[in-house]
Amino acid sequence: MNKHSSLRSSILFFSMLLISLPVSAQQAGDTPATKVLPTLQPVPTTVPGRPDVPNAEVAKQLTNVAPPPFGLPADQLPVPKLVLPKGFKIEIYVSGIPNARSLRVGDKGTVFVSNRLLDKVYAVVDRGGKREAKVIATGLDRPNGLAFHKGTLYIAEATRISKLENIEDNLDNPGKPVVIYSDFMNTQSHGWKFMGLGPDNMLYVNVGSPCNICEPPSGTGQLRRISLDGSIAEPVVRGVRNSVGFDWHPVTKELWFTDNGRDWLSEDLPEDELNRVTRNGQHFGFPYCHQGNFTDREMGWGRSCDEFEKPATLLGPHSAALGMRFYTGKMFPAKYQNAIFVARHGSWNRTKKIGGDIYVVYLNKDGSVKGQESFLTGFLQNNSYIGRPVDVHVMKDGSLLVSDDHAGAVYRVTYGSEKVAKR
Amino acid sequence: MIVRGIAAALIFLPAWAGAAEPLESRLAVCLACHGEKGQSPVAETPSLGGQPSFYLTVQMLMFRDRLRVVEPMNAMMKGFSDGDLQLMGELIAKLPPPQATGASADPGRMETGRTLAERNRCNFCHQGNYSGERNVPRLAGQREDYLVKAMRAFKDNSRRGYDASMADVLYEVSDEQILDLAYFLSRLR
Repeated sequence: MNKHSSLRSSILFFSMLLISLPVSAQQAGDTPATKVLPTLQPVPTTVPGRPDVPNAEVAKQLTNVAPPPFGLPADQLPVPKLVLPKGFKIEIYVSGIPNARSLRVGDKGTVFVSNRLLDKVYAVVDRGGKREAKVIATGLDRPNGLAFHKGTLYIAEATRISKLENIEDNLDNPGKPVVIYSDFMNTQSHGWKFMGLGPDNMLYVNVGSPCNICEPPSGTGQLRRISLDGSIAEPVVRGVRNSVGFDWHPVTKELWFTDNGRDWLSEDLPEDELNRVTRNGQHFGFPYCHQGNFTDREMGWGRSCDEFEKPATLLGPHSAALGMRFYTGKMFPAKYQNAIFVARHGSWNRTKKIGGDIYVVYLNKDGSVKGQESFLTGFLQNNSYIGRPVDVHVMKDGSLLVSDDHAGAVYRVTYGSEKVAKR
Repeated sequence: MIVRGIAAALIFLPAWAGAAEPLESRLAVCLACHGEKGQSPVAETPSLGGQPSFYLTVQMLMFRDRLRVVEPMNAMMKGFSDGDLQLMGELIAKLPPPQATGASADPGRMETGRTLAERNRCNFCHQGNYSGERNVPRLAGQREDYLVKAMRAFKDNSRRGYDASMADVLYEVSDEQILDLAYFLSRLR
């Protein structure tokens, strides 16, 4: 039984427990029982006429979770509470980066960190043997996406892509980013971008659907690739709600991406998807079909899931699977070779939160999914977050960086007796 | 590093000198428009009374860093340190909530607004009594014209939220419904 079906059965079990609770509570009371008949009508848990609007009692557990706008000091970071498989260790790589999001590494080893809610891009620099974050670009519009190619850092803002050339030689004087492309819809809803450099040397970005559930306006709900000079742009994947993470298989070079499922349908449906692109132009179902096996209750009438590509695997309901990388390092045990590490930011549209971890998906040689499990946990404590992972990055030495946009930090995961990096 | 620090201080001297003033006297300047008792007397300018300090701090940071471009707010917040923003947020949060202007509230329209607010799940984040919490502002008793302005600006993406929640929610809300919501919320006691 995989983790998910066991999660599902325990959810089912607990729901049954809750349904029977009022009766048992009555029986356990001190006063001798006047016999209480079981209620036939269930207590309504939604607003009348709106099955997607839970009532006020349930609503309290479904509020959005905004991160603080300031990074936590190093001694308040959640590291001591984080849990890894045996033999792995975690340390603070750098602290004090409010809303730390995407991670990229330059040719000379500089780590770059982006923002989503704030306006900055940082480089991690060594100051007298101590690592610190230095702002290299500011005044940007949700600069979530980063890519690096031959000395140039590309930054994907909500409505444009810009670049900083020779950035690693000019960290103290990086200049202003130069815009190369700006043909994006101006939308706050799913407007932020993830970006990566494809094996074809083109920049890939998500263009999210600007809503929870809707017919995506033309040019949205897709992954798009753009030439490095911005002159060529074309959609490569359709039917995407909002992807905030993708990477290319190190052997097959196939593109894999995470996609966040819609909200307000149910506690347990739909699950976030991990998708495998086997040819350009594939449609992955949004908004008509979710998780490859059921049609949307508003947008899915007259459609069938057979019209669309199926996900490679499912990553949990509302778990917010974001950044992902194939593990290509040598430090971790052999079973992690070419496995996918996925940062699950953690749910908000669910009364019992899930995610808030680094998850690992193992593949067979033919690219099918062999199994999946949690790898780094502990960010979720008593149904609230002490940190929220956003992106991962495999370093040259095989260690794994993890960004946390809630605590405002980047961590480093190592395996074995390797000495921790100097601070 | 030190040279650059001094240069930066010189460039921003007026604002920096201002920041050295006690926050209480800087607050007086804010309240000239936003209202001394938490209730704004100025058109399209929000009442700040009863707002959560987290929300206030984030909005002031967004003005300081020009994530929201609204003069004169950008100029007002120049030179504030992160610590100043937090202290200022806590100070402002002590102002009493604004008094609802609802003596003549039409019960039918109030009910329309209440139903709309619940159907769009406004009460989830803004709380059942619309008093706000953490990053989510108080709406009860806010100026009606400001509520309309804010919702329209979120809907047409001209106002940036800290996160994208408001743009998401307003995606399917019509302008007529915005007027009904503002009517209800501004008259809420």
